[in-house]
Amino acid sequence: MTIKDVKDILDAQVLCCEDSLDSEVHTACGSDMMSDVLAFVKDQSVLLTGLMNPQVVRTAEMMDMVCIVFVRGKSPTEEIVRLASAHDIVLMKTPHRMFTACGLLYSKGLHGGD
Amino acid sequence: MDILKLEYDVPGDDFTRAGEASSGLKKALKKIGVNPASIRKAAIAMYEGEINMVIHAGGGKATVEVGPEGILIKLVDQGPGIPDISLAMKEGWSTAPDTVRNLGFGAGMGLPNMKKYSDDMQIDSTVGVGTTVTMRIAI
Repeated sequence: MTIKDVKDILDAQVLCCEDSLDSEVHTACGSDMMSDVLAFVKDQSVLLTGLMNPQVVRTAEMMDMVCIVFVRGKSPTEEIVRLASAHDIVLMKTPHRMFTACGLLYSKGLHGGD
Repeated sequence: MDILKLEYDVPGDDFTRAGEASSGLKKALKKIGVNPASIRKAAIAMYEGEINMVIHAGGGKATVEVGPEGILIKLVDQGPGIPDISLAMKEGWSTAPDTVRNLGFGAGMGLPNMKKYSDDMQIDSTVGVGTTVTMRIAI
């Protein structure tokens, strides 16, 4: 699916890098522990998280992820949005909770990968 | 490929700035045409190291050399040192405070992850003096 599909499935609001919505994504992961994302994620391109600090963007950057979804309607600070924009990482927020957001994407075909 | 030498200061007083050095390294490696898989390994290993230096050691210095042997990353801090390196290498073992866990780190995966993403890693640490971590990533 595309990042735009992710947005539509999650009733999400895009917060930056709207130009990249047509990019394809194949796998995703959900975590509030960036330590675990760095240790266990392989080629997932979407990160769902409830954590709210610049290290979320840094972690996604190191892992070559292209989209971060903040769950539970959380809004990132301007600093976080600026950092994501600088690295062409799409940020969005969804009103859904983590479990629901992951389940919605999974049921539409976005899986966890290896 | 050009030979590259880089130096970074890792500030210890600002968690929000952790990762700036790794981000800079990633850009620099891309610029000289290092393959994407090695760039990713180096960026993750260095980022974990940066986070460790901020959490445990009040910051430090990172130097990176890229040459025929690969990407050599040296992280030097004057923190409290690691009393038992084999224990620190165990997945899930962490001395990070809850404040750090609330920021998404401190799961005891930092050093094991640095080893996982490096082709060689060496830790030299003296309690009360500091720690030097040397990593090599093949290119």
